[in-house]
Amino acid sequence: MKAKNPSPIRMKRHHMEDSIGRIYTTFCVSLLVIIIVSMIYFVASKGLSTFIKDGLNVGDFLFGTKWSPGSDNPLYGALPFIVGSFSTSILAALIASPLSICASLFMTEIVPGWGKRILQPVIELLAGIPSVVYGFVGLSVIVPLFRDIFPGQGIGIAAGSLVLSIMILPTITSITTDALSTLPKGLKESSFALGATRWQTISRVVIPTVLPSILTGIVLGMARAFGEALAVQMVIGNAPHIPNSLFQSASTLTSVITLNMGNTIGGSIENNALWSMALALMIMTFIFVIVVRLLERRNRI
Amino acid sequence: MRLRKPFLLLGSFALVIALAACGTNNATNNGANQGAANTTETETETKTEALTGSILAVGSTALQPLVEQVGQKFMAEEEYSKIAVQVQGGGSGTGLTQVSGGQADIGNSDVFAEEKLKDADADKAKELVDHQVAVVAMATVANKEIGVDNLTKQQLIDIFSGKITNWSEIGGADQKIVIVNRPSSSGTRSTFEKYAMGTKVDDIEGSILEESSGNVRKIVSETPGAIGYLALSYLDDSIKTVQYEGVEATVENVTAGTYPVWAYEHMYTKGEPNEVVKAFLDYMVSDEVQKADVVELGYIPASDMKVSRDVDGNITNK
Repeated sequence: MKAKNPSPIRMKRHHMEDSIGRIYTTFCVSLLVIIIVSMIYFVASKGLSTFIKDGLNVGDFLFGTKWSPGSDNPLYGALPFIVGSFSTSILAALIASPLSICASLFMTEIVPGWGKRILQPVIELLAGIPSVVYGFVGLSVIVPLFRDIFPGQGIGIAAGSLVLSIMILPTITSITTDALSTLPKGLKESSFALGATRWQTISRVVIPTVLPSILTGIVLGMARAFGEALAVQMVIGNAPHIPNSLFQSASTLTSVITLNMGNTIGGSIENNALWSMALALMIMTFIFVIVVRLLERRNRI
Repeated sequence: MRLRKPFLLLGSFALVIALAACGTNNATNNGANQGAANTTETETETKTEALTGSILAVGSTALQPLVEQVGQKFMAEEEYSKIAVQVQGGGSGTGLTQVSGGQADIGNSDVFAEEKLKDADADKAKELVDHQVAVVAMATVANKEIGVDNLTKQQLIDIFSGKITNWSEIGGADQKIVIVNRPSSSGTRSTFEKYAMGTKVDDIEGSILEESSGNVRKIVSETPGAIGYLALSYLDDSIKTVQYEGVEATVENVTAGTYPVWAYEHMYTKGEPNEVVKAFLDYMVSDEVQKADVVELGYIPASDMKVSRDVDGNITNK
């Protein structure tokens, strides 16, 4: 025992370091959990008070097509905004997905060398540009362009989703690229050994294998598009109506919240209705997260 | 490695605590109606003897540049050098909510508190004391190609409610009308609706809603057939300023009472202001500020007005 004298001290020290580390991580994690739970509680309590305290009908809120909080007979129908949010983000995903998938195939399969060296930093750069810049570019370039080409004022869902599609490109591209680069080498090699061309290998082997990851990327991109506020608000027009053309003014949940939150009195029905929209956005984010989890589970098999 | 670890740990702890502090701060700011403890006010009250303390002014983004500039000037004055003036935006609604909740000392608003705090909140409006520091006038603006120079009240109502959809119907160019409006909760919009049209109108399909004046000007100047409204300080050559009932939107016409589309910029306090806040509000309406900063930033001095108006819109000669 005496020969091993220094070791218990050392062990003690290791134990102490261990427990300090443990306490520290536990503290951080519980803080994080508290923050998340309190945020959910805050949004939920404010958002639900529209229905509990102010007695607004949930159905009227979700499916009402008229939003006129200021009039003598106020109506709080959020359907135009829900439709606007969904159509812009789905359209944005439709525009961005093929571009992103091609970009990541280019970087991993077709020209892995200089293609990746040039394309990756450029796409990462897109992720770092502030959304107000996207909005301003959209307002100065895309809107006048659409106004000249299409009927209408150029403002609308088309402009909004085009701006959004560029904003979500990096999300989809990076997730797809990660999935493609972790693909087992043997898979492609066996395909080539069977005499398949590069295109056949990509379309029949590579893409079907990483499809769940690609879908994860698309869903995450859509979630980002769904929550984006500033850039869309600048180009979409924000009129509270369901448009009958892609080039007519429409609004999204986020644009209505940002435009009106500061101007309404906290605790009033209008303010609470805005919080209800925030709650709807949060629930949608949860759904997106659940979808991603399900896709990942499928991926593992 | 061994040396670095404690520092790393300490640094992360500090970061976490700072983040936590931010979190709670935000929570109290947002939970405006939950009546959080009023620390700023008690602080200023205890220090008033030496006229030191801090002032937090929150609200209207239209008034924010003026309060910010005057706040800087105020703190630069020797006798007030121990007072810290903090200015935040957030909108008129936020300003009124926070001042009546006690989180802010001054609530900046584009509209009378009674117009925002209605129904269940009407009692809150009674507690607030109004300080009118400036006047903002709004002009109807339009794209340069519309071919119309003057609009009557009825024409404005018809345009904004969608009854008139082409400029040719009122003697202008054959051009579809595009409405560039403000969001329904905006103070600028309620001023325009109240004093130019005399009625509230619903948003019509295809209209464009923008909050920032810069974007309104940009869209009106670029979109054929566009009509909107802007504060006088935002007018320039890129857009056309339309007369209202034959009256030009000028500072002289506003102060004389002949051009009606204007509103006060209010700075509300909860009850009578304490000495520190009062010193700042007095400074705000002093000639030194009214004749310089107010005019310079495109507002109209409240003292220049030859007429005054109450919350119901009744105009009296001064």
